[in-house]
Amino acid sequence: MAEYDVTGETHKEQESPAKVVQEKKDPLQEDHRSKQFADLDRVIGRYSRERGQLIRILQKAQEIFGYLPEEVQAYIAEKIDIPVSEVNGVVTFYSLFATEPKGKYTLNICMGTACYVKGAQTLMNALKEELKIDEGETTPDGVFTIKSTRCVGACGLAPILVANEDVHGKISPGEIKKIIQTCRKGESVDNKKH
Amino acid sequence: MNNMSELRAKCKERYEKKLSRPRVVVGLGTCGIASGGDRVMKAIKEEVAAKGLDVDIDFTSCIGMCYREPMVEVAIPGMPSVVYGDIYPDKVPQLLESHVVNKTPVYEWAAIQIPGDATPLEGIDIMEKAPYYEKQVRSVTSRLGRTNPESIEEYIATGGYEAIEKCLKMERQAIIDEIKKSGLRGRGGGGFPTGNKWQFVYNTPGEKKYAVCNADEGDPGAFMDRSVLEGDPHAVMEGMMIAGLAIGADEGYIYCRAEYPLAIRRLNLAIAEAEKHGLLGDNILGSNFSFRIKIKAGAGAFVCGEETALLNSIEGQRGMPRVRPPFPAVKGLWGKPTCLNNVETYANVPNIIRNGADWFAQMGTDKSKGSKVFCLTGKINNTGLAEVPMGITLREIIFNIAGGIQDNKKFKAVQSGGPSGGCIPAEHLDTPIDYDSLAAIGSIMGSGGLVVMDETTCMVDVAKFFLNFTQLESCGKCTPCREGTKRMLELLQKICDGEGELEDIDTLERLAKVIKNSALCGLGQTCPNPILTTLRYFRNEYEAHIVDKRCPAGVCAALLVYVIDAEKCTGCGACLRACPSGAITGEKKQPHSIDVAKCIKCGACITRCKFDAIKKA
Repeated sequence: MAEYDVTGETHKEQESPAKVVQEKKDPLQEDHRSKQFADLDRVIGRYSRERGQLIRILQKAQEIFGYLPEEVQAYIAEKIDIPVSEVNGVVTFYSLFATEPKGKYTLNICMGTACYVKGAQTLMNALKEELKIDEGETTPDGVFTIKSTRCVGACGLAPILVANEDVHGKISPGEIKKIIQTCRKGESVDNKKH
Repeated sequence: MNNMSELRAKCKERYEKKLSRPRVVVGLGTCGIASGGDRVMKAIKEEVAAKGLDVDIDFTSCIGMCYREPMVEVAIPGMPSVVYGDIYPDKVPQLLESHVVNKTPVYEWAAIQIPGDATPLEGIDIMEKAPYYEKQVRSVTSRLGRTNPESIEEYIATGGYEAIEKCLKMERQAIIDEIKKSGLRGRGGGGFPTGNKWQFVYNTPGEKKYAVCNADEGDPGAFMDRSVLEGDPHAVMEGMMIAGLAIGADEGYIYCRAEYPLAIRRLNLAIAEAEKHGLLGDNILGSNFSFRIKIKAGAGAFVCGEETALLNSIEGQRGMPRVRPPFPAVKGLWGKPTCLNNVETYANVPNIIRNGADWFAQMGTDKSKGSKVFCLTGKINNTGLAEVPMGITLREIIFNIAGGIQDNKKFKAVQSGGPSGGCIPAEHLDTPIDYDSLAAIGSIMGSGGLVVMDETTCMVDVAKFFLNFTQLESCGKCTPCREGTKRMLELLQKICDGEGELEDIDTLERLAKVIKNSALCGLGQTCPNPILTTLRYFRNEYEAHIVDKRCPAGVCAALLVYVIDAEKCTGCGACLRACPSGAITGEKKQPHSIDVAKCIKCGACITRCKFDAIKKA
């Protein structure tokens, strides 16, 4: 994700990492989880001194956790001392905040006017057929999520598909298969590393 | 101040030194990268290293010809510099061998040449005379595709920060008067006179004021703000500084949509560089003027392009519009007087100050001065970015600059102004582009997206597309917009499904007018425009859907029947295997047929058929 910080302030260490959710038994996972909350604490510590930073804190939290589960929303609300309803109100208002976990690859079809005129709907249908899931859903293996995105401003190359952050222009239904295969290969390469 | 002339001299010297060396420059705007520009960059680096070539490698932003991306410029001193189009990694070795080593341009790949002082080459269009650029002016876009956007030195060397230097010696009111005299109007679409807006904020008493830049370019089909931010971020910042100085603000915010990560990255870099050189921060250039700029990234909400919703979003809340008045000029960000302008508006300011209001005002028409950047997209040959003088006709833009309609199809409509604008038919192609002429034919100038549609586009479907968009993006604060968009969308869906009745058209028209008059903010007030203009110019298409149960453009699935042409069908069976609903039957090597009752109109058969035998009727 892009680094939004303007100031380049140094990170200030916060005293205590958050308490880990009790149900988690796997020590490795538990470790990971407490590290995530420690990261979140640092973000909150850094931004909560300035006013109007709720959206930025949520953006950072989503980078850390991948999405914003209720638990995280409640945690942020308590830490910066505002009602959780207000946090949830902001989370549900903006389309870039997710309350469900996403797949490893989010395939976004741009549904802007230029892409629509150039056949984005056909692309979307092809993608849904290929992965056998609907828009907004994630494949059972947790690899792909299909979404439609708002205009990414590369209209000169319509229609557009965005795979995570990579923008692919002038896409045809045939190329969708190729992109899926490349992602799957990336997946298997990653698996070999572990 | 002495520091500044020293700095400028140093920057110019370095810039000239750079230009005196052989260079290969890759276009790395979002569109360039999306077409594979970064892979081309990698290939060039590898090739240059492998062959040990004496050539500098650099990058720039988007020169505007998106349809030729990825683009690479080769500049050899003493020769015209040549910009090549469609350069993929496999072409890199030949390009470098021919142009860099043997000093022979590859003519068939060249898009344009920029001769400078050198004798122009035969057989390559000179930029200013090329069909794509002939009718353009390059003012806001002058640095795009020409300088390195991540270098403050190149900005300063090409006249950057001269305007703020000049303004620091001027009376604050004189700055505002200059902007008023230029006739600059808001480039975000509203067209409010910029000088007057600044005057309101100036006149409002208050210790603390803000200058805010609206970079939440949400209109689908518009990307000029992205291009300007990625290609010339300092110009936008300098414009904001001048506004801040004039109105008495010491703090500015750029609200940029999160969908533009590259623009945000380059802005952050530009701010850091400007701070390092004392051009942002306390006591700028030794004066008593202090100014800081912060960036706020959006989180995905179209309504945040509306000025009061944007302010709420900067404050970290839901981006819902506020009731106006009070206007932001009186009560804006955190209740303080706020000057809010769009990216392109701010980017125009340094040029106006440097070249004078008269220079700006001589471009354009009586009531719309200067130039405007448009994004040309849709079913045209040359998609891209074009800056034209106000008053140019739509026909000139679509048929000269954009090179006409793709595949020699027939022009049907051009959509201006995004979801707030309207669809303009062929009979109005000679309308001059300015704020008032476009409003007179039911559309708006908007931010500058032009989406061209041909005969295969269904206008009812397009209206439905826009309503679907505004309905999803409606924030829900006021009833006319929240409920109205939903009801209008339902009616359009009904018509597209072939279940429409003639009185639905009247209901749509009545609803559209009520919403236009009663919605709270710009989103709601303008969202009926796509319906009203398509009803005005393409009523026959609505009637064909309702009365004849037919979609003339062949788009609305419910009104289509798929048939196999028995003469063309070879009986290969590809469609039969592709059909998910078992609607296609036929013996091997005999013409197949489609059972209309079973067909779900998915179109899978058409894409598989190699003999063009399946038709939509």
